[in-house]
Amino acid sequence: MSKIKSGATTDIAETMNTDFEVRSLDTHCVNASEVNLPFWYNLKYMLAGIFFGIILVKSEVISWFRIQEMFKLQSFHMYGVIGTAVVVGAISIKLIKKLKIKTIRGEDIEFQDKKFTKGQVIGGLIFGLGWAITGACPGPLFAQLGSGIGVVAVTILSAVAGTWVYGKFREKLPN
Amino acid sequence: MVNSGHTDRPDSALALDFGQQALRHLGQPPTRVRRLFPGNIPFFKYNWRKEVWNLFFAVGVIMGGFIAATLLHDPEQVKVAPALAASLAENGIDDFSSLVPTQLFNWHNLLTLKGFIFIVIGGFLVGFGTRYAGGCTSGHAISGLANLQLPSLVATICFMVGGFISANWIVPFLLKL
Repeated sequence: MSKIKSGATTDIAETMNTDFEVRSLDTHCVNASEVNLPFWYNLKYMLAGIFFGIILVKSEVISWFRIQEMFKLQSFHMYGVIGTAVVVGAISIKLIKKLKIKTIRGEDIEFQDKKFTKGQVIGGLIFGLGWAITGACPGPLFAQLGSGIGVVAVTILSAVAGTWVYGKFREKLPN
Repeated sequence: MVNSGHTDRPDSALALDFGQQALRHLGQPPTRVRRLFPGNIPFFKYNWRKEVWNLFFAVGVIMGGFIAATLLHDPEQVKVAPALAASLAENGIDDFSSLVPTQLFNWHNLLTLKGFIFIVIGGFLVGFGTRYAGGCTSGHAISGLANLQLPSLVATICFMVGGFISANWIVPFLLKL
């Protein structure tokens, strides 16, 4: 863990939330790579993102219309895309586990089981309401912005505000 | 990566749940600007250097969206289910040239009640809900189900229930505003 110099606030490294349980509930990076690499190594994630962004647009999952059709049972489109992704993901995970495939840095890939929380129900319903309104989940919001719908920048900022409010009131919410 | 509780090494494959990760990340800027963000909130105290990869991923997605809409642009109209097209037309939405109804999502509408709800309130619900649920479509519905996680199934069912209620009763009401 690199020590971050902080002028005003307390030292981050000391106050960092290290409770594994809490971190995994928040889906923090609970088992990140131990390898420290130069900053520019992150560019490969940008490449993966570009690929993902193109897929999101060309498969039309960023379409507000497709989301309405999904929830009104007017087309199979989204069910087909998500269903295929689940099947491909399931096969991939099976293969990774069976063949003990390692990361490109030679580290083991670990899978953590999820735990039940009330947030999955309450937060899930809240997200569902928002999903049909914005016609996008978090990933597609970025692709919508890139595809030229500038006002989606406001939606993204608002979603960041939602995340911040969650972080602020996390301890007071049922968990 | 995280989430999904699965391939959690940054070096492994795709960012399965980068979406809501990136949202939090944007709420957690580097130290020098952190003071702008009020509160001493444990949730936002993490090693941002370790997770900065998902900002790179998010920027990539924006760039990918741009490439898809320019170099790979499809001039065809978006095909919309006739029943949906009919009900939208009643509410003044008849432009299907973009994947997003630009008659609804535009800067001018941002200042109307209707536009504010679709653009700002909708975004807030997405950000808050996915964080509270511990994942979004990619984290729970795709990678969670792919790893046979029951909590992800519960979350996915709740996403769908919320979406059905919203698309069938709330959105039609909002469109009439």
